[in-house]
Amino acid sequence: MLTLLLIFWPLVASLVFFGIKSEEAKKWALTASIIEFAISLVMVVLFDPSQGAQFVVKYSWVESLGINFHLGIDGISLLLVLLTTFLTPLIILSSFKHQYENAGSFYGLVLVMEMALLGVFAALDGFLFYIFWEMALIPIYFICLRWGGVNRGPVTLKFFIYTLAGSLIMLVGLIYLYFQTPGSRTFDINALYAAGQSLPASAQGWVFWAMFVAFAIKMPIFPFHTWQPDTYHTAPTPGTMLLSGIMLKMGIYGVIRWLIPVVPLGVERWDSTALTLSIIGIVYASLLAIIQKDLKRLIAYSSIAHVGLIAAGIFTLDRIGLQGAMIQMVSHGIVIVGLFYAIDIIAARTSTQEISSLGGIRNNAPVFASALIVIVLGSVALPLTSGFVGEFLLINAVFQHNTYGGVFAGTTMILGAVYMLRSFQFTMLGEVSTATKTFADLDTHEKWVLYPIVAAVVLIGIFPDPLMNISEAAVDNLLTIIGK
Amino acid sequence: MNSIFVLSGLAVFSLLAEILNFRRAIFPVVIIGLIAAAGLLVLDWNRDAAFFSNMLTFDNYAVAFSIVIAVTALLWFLMSRKYFEDSATVTDRVALIFFSLVGATFMVSYSNLAMLFLGIEVLSICLYVLAGSNFTSIFSNEAAFKYFLMGSFATGFLLFGIAMIYGVTASFDLATISSVISDGTGDKEAWLYTGIILLIVGLAFKISAVPFHFWAPDVYEGSPTVVTAFMSTIVKIAAFAAFFRLFNTCFSTVYDEWVGVVQILTVLTLLVSNITAVYQHSVKRMLAYSSVSHAGYLLISLVAMNDISASSILYYVSAYASATIIAFTVLHNIESEEEDAVVDHFNGLARRNPYLAACMAVSMLSLAGIPPLAGFFGKYYLFTVAFESGYVGLVLLAVLTSLIGIYYYFRIIIAMYLKSTDRTTSVEVPLQHTIVLAICMLLSLGFGLFPGLLVGLI
Repeated sequence: MLTLLLIFWPLVASLVFFGIKSEEAKKWALTASIIEFAISLVMVVLFDPSQGAQFVVKYSWVESLGINFHLGIDGISLLLVLLTTFLTPLIILSSFKHQYENAGSFYGLVLVMEMALLGVFAALDGFLFYIFWEMALIPIYFICLRWGGVNRGPVTLKFFIYTLAGSLIMLVGLIYLYFQTPGSRTFDINALYAAGQSLPASAQGWVFWAMFVAFAIKMPIFPFHTWQPDTYHTAPTPGTMLLSGIMLKMGIYGVIRWLIPVVPLGVERWDSTALTLSIIGIVYASLLAIIQKDLKRLIAYSSIAHVGLIAAGIFTLDRIGLQGAMIQMVSHGIVIVGLFYAIDIIAARTSTQEISSLGGIRNNAPVFASALIVIVLGSVALPLTSGFVGEFLLINAVFQHNTYGGVFAGTTMILGAVYMLRSFQFTMLGEVSTATKTFADLDTHEKWVLYPIVAAVVLIGIFPDPLMNISEAAVDNLLTIIGK
Repeated sequence: MNSIFVLSGLAVFSLLAEILNFRRAIFPVVIIGLIAAAGLLVLDWNRDAAFFSNMLTFDNYAVAFSIVIAVTALLWFLMSRKYFEDSATVTDRVALIFFSLVGATFMVSYSNLAMLFLGIEVLSICLYVLAGSNFTSIFSNEAAFKYFLMGSFATGFLLFGIAMIYGVTASFDLATISSVISDGTGDKEAWLYTGIILLIVGLAFKISAVPFHFWAPDVYEGSPTVVTAFMSTIVKIAAFAAFFRLFNTCFSTVYDEWVGVVQILTVLTLLVSNITAVYQHSVKRMLAYSSVSHAGYLLISLVAMNDISASSILYYVSAYASATIIAFTVLHNIESEEEDAVVDHFNGLARRNPYLAACMAVSMLSLAGIPPLAGFFGKYYLFTVAFESGYVGLVLLAVLTSLIGIYYYFRIIIAMYLKSTDRTTSVEVPLQHTIVLAICMLLSLGFGLFPGLLVGLI
């Protein structure tokens, strides 16, 4: 029942918001999302890390086709559910400064998005997974289309068609698996696992690519990333946060839940290719991030680099790599929302996000600069920040898997330090520019967003164990399924 | 079966209303009559009864499609009240519509080729007149004339095909034809195949499959918008149901011989219609090509032809009809201020009338096949049908064309939500349109969220 409440509460709340025209909607949306966070905390308390999927609900949906409304939460899901419910209130709060036209629809869409994302992380039926997967695309498309920046029409259309292309190919893969299920046909996750694993290696290779492309586009992995910088840049900041903080985790989660256990032989055959693409993405995106002049684009490219490392860690199919990926997903989500919020604050006050026209913000806004440096250090993976735990485990796993791969993957730490610290230096330190002359320090609202993020970055960095424990059993279980 | 009497009765009543001056009563009577017809059809469920010395058979297939037609007609009437009220010839128009509904019901329930022919002709002749019902518009006249010429041409093919089949099997009865063919036709084989090809050509004209679609965009564009809505929903449903019924009952034993032809039609229809639709400026023409493209998707289930084909067609046409009615209702309202609407006329609709814009967005998303709307499950179900028979290539093609579809459906969404307009007045929507839109939205969402309502019925 708790799962149903978790999934449907944002939806029910959003239906109310669509009727509200006034700015009041934002307060109600914040309340609704905090309640949602509370629900997920209850789940954490009741959750037993040593067990598999819990809080399972299963109803027959389309009986004759073997489609069930089947949800459940295991350790891997729970971490992402927690990430989603933690970030959504912050994202809503971060948008309080903006006056969005039709605020009711805006916040309604954000909550529908939250519902779809939670559905993706909880679905245990292939068809249901696909429905939620696609449903997540509609609200974010409309958020970007209606409240986005320049040139949003073509950019969002490209984003939509790109991701939909991947999804449809995945659908073909899922239908193919559905026809291979033993006994009566069904989309049940275990039946799909059995179906996929019973296939010969070559067929598994085809299914691998059908699913992998969808996930790779969502993350995005090089060379499927071309939609991402433009979309991040054009989307309104809450949209960018949703895309980068949570939505790209759908792709990583998809690999973990719907790719590796489904076609282990296919993964074995192609994982070095996937690993290579991920590592190329790390280096390529890091280099591009260095030359960006626009802060939002810089963070967009840094995200490709970080996600590339997570993907690389996963495709080592190693326990350390997978655990590192889990913790890094959480860390990346929190850090990147913080970074985009910082850019939003800067852009709102100076009406520019060009690095060259900024500088010396710290002189006027020391609190802001201190908060930001913690987040930036989290991003460059300094020890005792959340980024360090994940990146260390990931690079370690890649290194053990393949020395050269490890060396190249490791450049993310160096290059990351270059572009993050450089941009911090050019915006926060140095001479005060005309744009930053009257830069005001954080107000209460902004503190309420940034402080939890800073606290999370530090706390996870110092005490990663509670989070690691949540996903540990689920990761072990996954490795058992693929026989490692 | 009784629904045919009701529909014919309403048509006659409508003609009498002109003489007896009942014109005011006509609209309520029509609505009640259609509800009654649908209700009577429900009573026929599972009865599997044959009528008129086995000319019509109301099996579940026939009943299901007749109900879809009756319900669509009901929604269509709510949508097009203005079309009738504006005219001095309201009774003629209502009568023509009802006669064509009778024809449509024949087309989904025939068990004799003579009834198929009769159904198609009754339906088409009424529509030739309706297409030209806007006497003062030269385009409407053109549409009627074109439709008449092309339609009668196609009927010629159909009739020739029927004659050939009769020559081989010495019967018009579907069951007899089927058993004769499965017993083997020996040296008359060539005539049989020629007959089948001619039937395919004739029916492909009616469902406007490429390359027999050339009439469709012109006719759809020239006809009054509500008549276009009628043609692209009810006529399409009836024609496709007739197509599938014939080939499923009679020619499934010689499946291998004709499937190649239909496959070519499918590939062409999917590619040509979707690519051409991208280049349309007029929304009506775009919808015309979209309707052609949906015929292409439906053809996939004919190619695959297995146990769940019929069910997938039923689901798909229901999803398609509910979305298309929305699209035409919105278009109708836009056209009330601007004849010959192009995509730009949808600019800023989200501000001028958010409800209308939201409805149109749902319709476009459903037609494009985005979950959780009905259009998605329809496509998914067709894909499964194709997979079941091993047509993975067709599925991949359909995936590709769905992506092209996004491009032109989303143009309208982008226009509504992104582009601005200098018109500031809000768009007035009559009450019955609001109701139609609400019902169709509910259907689009309801079928999408609970596909079990329709899946597995037949």
